[in-house]
Amino acid sequence: MHPAFSIVFFTTASGAGFALLLLLGLGAPLALLPSSSSFGFTALAIALLLAAGGLVSSVFHLGRPERAWRAFSQWRSSWLSREGVFSVLTFLPTAVFGIGWVFFGATMGLVGLCGVFAAALAAATIYCTGMIYASLKPIHQWHNSWVVPNYYALGLMSGFLILNFLVRFWAPHPIGVAVCSLSVVLVAWWTKERYWRFIDTTSARSTVASATLLGSRGRVHLLEAPHTEENYLLKEMGFQIGRRHRLRLRRIARIASFVLPVLLTLLALWFGGAFGGIAAGLAVVSAALGLVVERWLFFAEAKHTVTLYYGAEAV
Amino acid sequence: MIFLDHLRDYFSPREVVNTSPRVSDQVKCTTCYMCACRCGIKVHLRDGAIRYIEGNRDHPVNRGVICGKGAAGIMQQASPAKLTKPLRRVGERGSGEFREIEWDEALATAIDWLAAIRATDPKKLAFFTGRAQSQSLTGYWAAQFGTPNFAAHGGFCSVNMAAAGMYTLGGSFWEFGEPDWARTRLLVMFGVAEDHDSNPIKIALSGLRRRGAKFVSVNPVRTGYSAIADEWIGIRPGTDGLFVLSLVHELLKADRIDIDYLGRYTNAGWLVIQAPGAADHGLFARNENGEPLLLEPSGSLASGVAPGISFRLIGDAVLPDGRRAVPVFQLVAERYLDPSYAPERVAETCGIPAVTIRRVAAEMARTAFEDEIELAVPWTDWAGRRHQTMRGRPVSLHAMRGISAHSNGFQTCRALHLLQILLGTIDVPGGWRYKSPHPKPAPPGPKPAGRPEHVAPGKPLPGIPLGYPLSPEDLILDTEGEPFRIDKAFSWDAPIAAHGMMHMVIQNAWKADPYPVDTLFMYMANMAWNSAMNTAETMRMLRDKDPATGEYRIPRIIYSDAYYSETVAYADLVLPDTTYLERWDCISLLDRPIGSPDGPADSIRQPVVTPDRDVRPFQDVLIEIGARLDLPGFVTPEGEPRYPGGYADYIVNHERRPGVGPLAGWRGADGENAGRGAPNPHQLERYIANGCFWKHELPEEQLYFKHANKAYLETAVRMGLIDNPAPIVLQLYVEPLQCFRLAGQGYGSVLPPSTHRERIATYFDPLPFWYMPFEEARIDRTDFPLHALTQRPMQMYHSWHSQNAWLRQILGSNRLFVNRAVGRAMGLNEEDWVWLSSHRGRIRVPTKLMDGVNPDTVWTWNAIGKHAGAWNLDPDAPEFRKGFLLNHLISELLPPDRGYDFANADPITGQAAWYDLRVRIDRATPAEADIALPLPKTPAHPASLRPPPAILRYFAGARHEGSAQ
Amino acid sequence: MTSLPEPQLGQKKLGLVIDLDICVGCHACATACKEWNASGHMGPLPDFSPYGDSAWGVWFNRIHSFEEGNGEGARTIHFPKSCLHCEEPACVTVCPTGASYKRAEDGIVLVNEAICIGCKLCSWACPYGAREFDADEGVMKKCTLCIDRIYNEHLPPEDRQPACVMVCPVNARHFGDLGDPHSDVSELVARRVGGDLMPELGYKPVNKYLPPRTARMATAAPVVPAPTDDGSAGDRMLRWVDRLLSR
Ligand SMILES: Nc1nc2c(c(=O)[nH]1)N[C@H]1C(S)=C(S)[C@@H](COP(=O)(O)OP(=O)(O)OC[C@H]3O[C@@H](n4cnc5c(=O)[nH]c(N)nc54)[C@H](O)[C@@H]3O)O[C@H]1N2
Ligand SMILES: Nc1nc2c(c(=O)[nH]1)N[C@H]1C(S)=C(S)[C@@H](COP(=O)(O)OP(=O)(O)OC[C@H]3O[C@@H](n4cnc5c(=O)[nH]c(N)nc54)[C@H](O)[C@@H]3O)O[C@H]1N2
Ligand code: SF4
Ligand code: SF4
Ligand code: SF4
Ligand code: SF4
Ligand code: SF4
Ligand SMILES: [Mo]
Repeated sequence: MHPAFSIVFFTTASGAGFALLLLLGLGAPLALLPSSSSFGFTALAIALLLAAGGLVSSVFHLGRPERAWRAFSQWRSSWLSREGVFSVLTFLPTAVFGIGWVFFGATMGLVGLCGVFAAALAAATIYCTGMIYASLKPIHQWHNSWVVPNYYALGLMSGFLILNFLVRFWAPHPIGVAVCSLSVVLVAWWTKERYWRFIDTTSARSTVASATLLGSRGRVHLLEAPHTEENYLLKEMGFQIGRRHRLRLRRIARIASFVLPVLLTLLALWFGGAFGGIAAGLAVVSAALGLVVERWLFFAEAKHTVTLYYGAEAV
Repeated sequence: MIFLDHLRDYFSPREVVNTSPRVSDQVKCTTCYMCACRCGIKVHLRDGAIRYIEGNRDHPVNRGVICGKGAAGIMQQASPAKLTKPLRRVGERGSGEFREIEWDEALATAIDWLAAIRATDPKKLAFFTGRAQSQSLTGYWAAQFGTPNFAAHGGFCSVNMAAAGMYTLGGSFWEFGEPDWARTRLLVMFGVAEDHDSNPIKIALSGLRRRGAKFVSVNPVRTGYSAIADEWIGIRPGTDGLFVLSLVHELLKADRIDIDYLGRYTNAGWLVIQAPGAADHGLFARNENGEPLLLEPSGSLASGVAPGISFRLIGDAVLPDGRRAVPVFQLVAERYLDPSYAPERVAETCGIPAVTIRRVAAEMARTAFEDEIELAVPWTDWAGRRHQTMRGRPVSLHAMRGISAHSNGFQTCRALHLLQILLGTIDVPGGWRYKSPHPKPAPPGPKPAGRPEHVAPGKPLPGIPLGYPLSPEDLILDTEGEPFRIDKAFSWDAPIAAHGMMHMVIQNAWKADPYPVDTLFMYMANMAWNSAMNTAETMRMLRDKDPATGEYRIPRIIYSDAYYSETVAYADLVLPDTTYLERWDCISLLDRPIGSPDGPADSIRQPVVTPDRDVRPFQDVLIEIGARLDLPGFVTPEGEPRYPGGYADYIVNHERRPGVGPLAGWRGADGENAGRGAPNPHQLERYIANGCFWKHELPEEQLYFKHANKAYLETAVRMGLIDNPAPIVLQLYVEPLQCFRLAGQGYGSVLPPSTHRERIATYFDPLPFWYMPFEEARIDRTDFPLHALTQRPMQMYHSWHSQNAWLRQILGSNRLFVNRAVGRAMGLNEEDWVWLSSHRGRIRVPTKLMDGVNPDTVWTWNAIGKHAGAWNLDPDAPEFRKGFLLNHLISELLPPDRGYDFANADPITGQAAWYDLRVRIDRATPAEADIALPLPKTPAHPASLRPPPAILRYFAGARHEGSAQ
Repeated sequence: MTSLPEPQLGQKKLGLVIDLDICVGCHACATACKEWNASGHMGPLPDFSPYGDSAWGVWFNRIHSFEEGNGEGARTIHFPKSCLHCEEPACVTVCPTGASYKRAEDGIVLVNEAICIGCKLCSWACPYGAREFDADEGVMKKCTLCIDRIYNEHLPPEDRQPACVMVCPVNARHFGDLGDPHSDVSELVARRVGGDLMPELGYKPVNKYLPPRTARMATAAPVVPAPTDDGSAGDRMLRWVDRLLSR
């Protein structure tokens, strides 16, 4: 699948944003986070910027952005529509929660309840995002049980890393957040490795033979594509990435999203203060870069069944 | 409420689809010309724009379907490569620098040049035309002008098929005949990718498969029709003759031939003089009336023209002068029973296992003799004998350029006809049938005009400069016996070059061999590109100047094209033509009509849209030039233009012979006559009312045995298709070939020069034989181990369609297909770049591996590669960068032999041997793998061409007009 | 609306049957489709860089060519493909706007261009590559089963067929109601054991493909030599010596 930048950015950013919102929505009412308005303001602003920025960026991917408002209508069948609905719904309790926290310093009671609602809706949004991909049967690399856990784990990982950095301006040495961050990074790492193993060792049931009804006489080769130049289908769904390139990018993704954040979070866990803050900050930067690569690969490595009609023998 | 509606619409939107939109406001019938198949089409117009083009259900050619090209006709009309104005060259030839001029100036210039030639030496005009479908006009014009130097595309196309068929059967595979599609049980198709009969063949193959008849394709490549064949025989190129003669061997050996048919309809019993060393050795023994003789059982001789005589097939006859003669059949049997034709002996050469050859022979025999068809249709033969039924043998053959485009094509095609005749399958139910206006007498007439005594300043020729020579006396030679035509057709180089030799004209004109010409006038043939052999060199010849004078060696070039093709850049004067939807045309019985075995037919094109630029139909222009040059056929005795109404006027009013004109339908003042009749001023209206075609259905009793069917022959005479109702005798043994051969052996008054003697003596064999194609025989076969072929893609027509926005998406570049096992052994991957070399040069090309190709063969789609800058395409279009033209490697001359440069052509007909090419593959280094070479320099293009749009949004009429949205 | 209509008893399922046994790969159905639809319900079907490098355009029907088998036994198969008007089309259910829908009355899958946001998700959801993005208008387009032909009262009844079916010179394309087990197309599918593309995905395509038949090699025994045969050409000719012919 063609990795469109707007989509790569959208899924990573809004994944991080909604996950952060989820953490704030749960963390504040449970008093696990600093209750100061300034923290609330900063953290929520970042979460909302990421979530909304991602959504706005996804709108640019549309052929007709001015009609984006129509995308909320088909929540009964469409994960994309559901994602839209949930993401917008998320903003309603978030608004109450944010106003309550920032202007009234309240994190409990009704405000806290709204925080929990926001967290639940954010969780639902992330689920929908994952399901947009996981529901697509033509793409084996998406249509599997690792995709939704991946979206959650990577989202939560970004959320925690950001939180672990942010919270340090209010609580110089937040052991709990750091420990959680560390564990979530490890879990995310594990799910990603499992995902990679899965797509490396399995392929779709669909093959060129099932796609064409041919094969009774032996191998099926594409002799000629319908058109000698690329068409929309190939541009969009025929993206190919070389093996060497792929492995190199996976290494980069692995190091930047997991290895470095683990090390840096460990440092931040050990050291508090400015040094710990810097380490936590670098972990965020590293993970952000790594996740962009990871997300790019998530698209680039996905093979669509349509390529079976264009020379692929399996997908 | 409104709000609720909106809300419902938001969550449950419903589209109201207009399922009955207005389709078109005008429908005009005409004839397609996206290729030469001549299908009937209906052009639907909406608000003046072409809504769509569909097949005309009533049309005899296509019965409602159209092909991939035909349906893309809209894009031909939208092409930015359309020429828009007459052009006069200002830069060097090939530079593409032109000045737009007015028609007055264009015509005055042409007339100025041509008048001077006609007044001094008319043969200094070389007029060469492509697949114009106006050959009866252009040939007539050339004859009126008085130049022998006229040819149309047949010489580089399929003259081998045409000539072999015409001399043998009086009809041919090439458009003059077809399998009995509805009744055949076994069709064996040789070397056909698409053919001129694109849609009819497809329609028919489909029916044939549905009926359960068997279809065998003999073709080195398994694509297209071969893909759906029941059996594919992946023959090695150039060896079909041997394969077929081996089938003949098997059938003779087993006595599975139709002896009765041979007796009735062929020259099997005609006696051939056996007197080696005599000047008439090998000619037919004839009586004092010139009638061939037969050997009666008693041993006496009888005339071969009378009906009912019984005669022998085998036996020695003693002629009145005491010499020996034997029946043709005896020579046939002796020759082909020879063990050298046994399947085992030919298997390796042909690349076909002996068991397969045996099996095919057996299947032919079984189908012919055990599945005999008998139709309860009484008919009367030429001698007036009544037959209660029509008996047929349902085996049919079809063949095209896979046979034709080899230097042994004439004899190979003869071998196919020999097989058909021995099986008794010519024009019988289930066999192969003549398409009207054929059959014609075999050997055919008329002879070519244009010998020195015919050519004089200001004088027309006494006939058309193309035809069928029957003996050396008919050749077009100068007083020294040297070629007299610029293309050397009808010389000893190619005595039976019935369609001329277009592929030699540029080369010869450049060399001034046999003499210089003044003006090369070309029409609708891309002769600087895909119809040239050795293309780069051909372009150089067009540009070359004589250093002594600084003048171009070919001083003047006039060209008429409708588009900015490669050749346009080499013309000094460009006469822009209309498209096929903008003009009158006439698909005439005098040319290559649309007749079928069921009867004669012809058709017209009518203008369906008006040109949006300053172009004129070439035929109108030619007629006007003719009149202004005072060519006799184009002016009245008073010197006034004879056809002031242009081509439409000519189509209706021209008479070639009294009562016979371009169109056969609705003749006579009131339109009552078919075939012959006075011109009918309302003829075109009658055609238009009938969907732009005319067809005469022959009655049932005339549908078969046309060569010997009294009722048919008389009808044909009445309609002006043939001159007399004598039966047409199928020629197993072709005497005119022997006449030439004798000259090669030194007998007769007109003799070939010593360089040509052996060649003539060898190849003019009156019985078909196989020889290795010339290029293969002369090059080092280990150095060039592979055959290289091209195939017609079904969705592109030669070079025309790269300008077509839809078709070029389907095939914008071509690759060289290599047998997978062979390619792998060479270390080639699925899609590598290679250098492809022939004895002529080398080019760099992308490849593709495939299984369904003969291992000794590589191939590519024809004419997809383009010259950068042509057709108003972007300079980085894939047609230039990835597409390639195989013609760069095809030499127009054979590797030198005895000091004479023979054309790379069939020695009998001069047919260009495109498919004799032998090549070698060398892997390109990865650094070289990106762009097809050679990549010639991009020329400029005329400023008047329309700029190509970045996005094409074709929509006829108002967008979503009428749709209830 | 992108929820699928409830299938009715005797549900009409209009679609195509494509015969891989006889398709010669001529591309007529592809250009005829382009031609009809360019000025049709979903028109225009734009072409980008039409006279330049990397030209591409919106096409509803495309012809692929495959080779099946290896070496000499390989067979070339031409393979036309357009929308299969699936019974369980995820291209419809994924659509967030309701632009993509399946008609209840005949099962035709369409895009309502007026509300499509061009998110392309439906093209990802179609396993067969039957959705075509119009980058000029920013909306998705696709084969309409020639909905503006098959019911069009301005056309004579015999022409109320998809353009691609009308044009196919070898009759490799058939149009009809696959929901009716007694329709010509259903019977053809039954007779020729037609099948679904990628049945494992469960989209239940309405369009069916008829597989190529196994090649018929000849069974004829070699020609039996005539009994007088003793091998030499001269002797073989003896058998014709007494055969008399007449014209
Ligand atoms: N779509 C389309 N139709 C066309 C044309 C076009 O350009 N495009 N051109 C028209 C013209 S001008 C012509 S002349 C006709 C030609 O019509 P075809 O004769 O069908 O044309 P070719 O493509 O030359 O096909 C030659 C076939 O012969 C095979 N072949 C080559 N060498 C041999 C051999 O030695 N033995 C055997 N058995 N087979 C061999 C090739 O593989 C190929 O399949 O088509 C006409 N129709
Ligand atoms: N390698 C290889 N070379 C071959 C062949 C092959 O099989 N292999 N085949 C040979 C054969 S059989 C043939 S017939 C030739 C064909 O070769 P050409 O006759 O040269 O082929 P076309 O590309 O058809 O070129 C015809 C020209 O006519 C122009 N034209 C199109 N429509 C009109 C019109 O309405 N009016 C005018 N005035 N011009 C028009 C086109 O723009 C084009 O420039 O190629 C030969 N060359
Ligand atoms: S075969 Fe196609 S291009 Fe040729 S005349 Fe017929 S419809 Fe036109
Ligand atoms: S083929 Fe593709 S576009 Fe057509 S209905 Fe099925 S899933 Fe949808
Ligand atoms: S591109 Fe249009 S039709 Fe397709 S899913 Fe998106 S909104 Fe629906
Ligand atoms: S049914 Fe109509 S829209 Fe669909 S492929 Fe055929 S011609 Fe094209
Ligand atoms: S028109 Fe018919 S034969 Fe031609 S590609 Fe389409 S389905 Fe195949
Ligand atoms: Mo040709």
